[in-house]
Amino acid sequence: MTDILVVAELFEGKNRKTTLSAVAFARQVAEATSGAFDILSIGEGAGAAAQELTGFGARKLLEAEIAGGYVAENLAATVAEVAKGYQVIVATGTAYGKDLLSRAAGKLAAGVAPDISAVKVEGGELIYTRPMYAGNVIGHMKVTTPIEFVTVRQTSFEAAAPSGGASPVEKVAVQTDAVAERLRFGGLESVKSERPELAEAEVIVAGGRALKSEDNFKNVIDPLADALGAAVGASRAACDAGYVAADLQIGQTGKVVAPKLYLAIGISGAIQHLAGMKGSKVIVAINKDKEAPIAQVADYFLVQDLFDAVPALTEAVKKLAAS
Amino acid sequence: MKILVPIKRVADPDNANKVKVAPDGSSVTSEGLEWKLNPFDEWSLEAALRLTENAAEKSRVGEVVVVTIGPKDATQTIRQGLAMGAERAIRVEGDDAQLDAWQVASVLAAVAKKEQPDLIIMGKQVVDGDSNVVPQYLAELLGWPALNYAQSLTTDAEGKTVKAQRELDTGVETLEVDGPAVITCADRILHPQAVKNGVTPDDFTYPAIEGGRYATLKGIMKAKRKPIDETTVGDLGVEAAATVQYTAFELPPARSGNTTFVESVEELVEKLHADAKVL
Repeated sequence: MTDILVVAELFEGKNRKTTLSAVAFARQVAEATSGAFDILSIGEGAGAAAQELTGFGARKLLEAEIAGGYVAENLAATVAEVAKGYQVIVATGTAYGKDLLSRAAGKLAAGVAPDISAVKVEGGELIYTRPMYAGNVIGHMKVTTPIEFVTVRQTSFEAAAPSGGASPVEKVAVQTDAVAERLRFGGLESVKSERPELAEAEVIVAGGRALKSEDNFKNVIDPLADALGAAVGASRAACDAGYVAADLQIGQTGKVVAPKLYLAIGISGAIQHLAGMKGSKVIVAINKDKEAPIAQVADYFLVQDLFDAVPALTEAVKKLAAS
Repeated sequence: MKILVPIKRVADPDNANKVKVAPDGSSVTSEGLEWKLNPFDEWSLEAALRLTENAAEKSRVGEVVVVTIGPKDATQTIRQGLAMGAERAIRVEGDDAQLDAWQVASVLAAVAKKEQPDLIIMGKQVVDGDSNVVPQYLAELLGWPALNYAQSLTTDAEGKTVKAQRELDTGVETLEVDGPAVITCADRILHPQAVKNGVTPDDFTYPAIEGGRYATLKGIMKAKRKPIDETTVGDLGVEAAATVQYTAFELPPARSGNTTFVESVEELVEKLHADAKVL
């Protein structure tokens, strides 16, 4: 009979789809333990955002309207206070989820199972599975404090689909935290894109250092991504060099992805990059160097100069789509 | 300005795929792999050094103290931090493989209370456990604000106020923080103009590097004479119990199948269409 609290992730007053991975976890644990879950929407626009989550099987929806841009210190005291009524608190392990839940857990001296890829119930205990060492070791662990905090890897928990019905909405009291006064939000600059989000994309075209410039990245990678309806990603080297925004970085340091098709273009395949993409179903490498470590995980490897290969591939994909 | 930089050794992250698991699954072994400084800690140390120097005049204007929790062997990691330029070090005797995030944060909080730094700058995660939990625990234990994932930092000369940009999944957020505070760094903190301290001229450009600065021979020689305080968890009065427990480890399943090398774009498209059925 586990009582679970899902902490929704809001962005600009709307739920991010990431929230539905935490809901999927909550459903699984609630079913396995004959328990139930509630969802807490917190932040600016929480009232309207909570309404969006009706019909996902939550016992109730909680809302805590707190104005201002995202700062964990503004939200964590409320999360911690609400958390006292539950055994398991879960969010999806984005920058937001990891930042907020660790702070809230700290207020309760509670343990955190971070970035888990699976959960099972054994003898009444939750046993979590999580990748460590850049995905080269799988650890199995449990949290030994009365309240357990969990962040789930988005690609390991498929977004929950609506299950019908309606969940009642309740307001919760907002707790303030003096430390929040020491942080001032100065705005968020986001790159708006029509392309799918990396963690949800079925196809990803990722570029690396070999693209050599921001212009090349745009002129070579983007058309192929558009032809495939794919998301664009990048290696750390390409992000550091400023070819694309940092939030497109894939790897141990960036986002973890698992599309059906991953095209690694001019990416050598450092261990840190492999950590973020080796769960992809089919991996294609296009690289001049056939000894590049990306070969360890590539299903198909085209040994060719990317500046010749990629435009030709873009044309071939368009032709195939038209046929 | 005084900055405390927690650092930890890790099995060579560029060879993380050579880490092994004991036959009974009880532990992870990194035998045969070199110990390296956790890359995120190295970048954080670099940021701390930039905040406490006048780079144009190559002079130090503040103090960086590195702290690690580990056995005597971990002194090698401390020396690396000292050789890069930290003024002094603290080693807390302990088994770094056994302590969990709550215990590590509790030890670091005790050290911070003694040292009273203006800032703590640390890696957002250690690349063995890959957790990203300790910085927030630590900030909460100290009652300080936390600024996770900074890609740029600008302080006044005393380090009392920090202007930062940080990387979230949804974009880059601008924040201003009154210290003391806990800060973690993203990769971009190494950008030639990402760190400004009100002392080094604002137009100063650091060389583009992929890790922290190299220790010079002079730096390595000097490091041998720099003080390392040794203490224990007990001496610090820390009694925090573990909050998580690992029950087993295993290696992940290998990706099945071999790499098919193709000669041309046509062959690639044909294979992706007919065999893999992903086009």
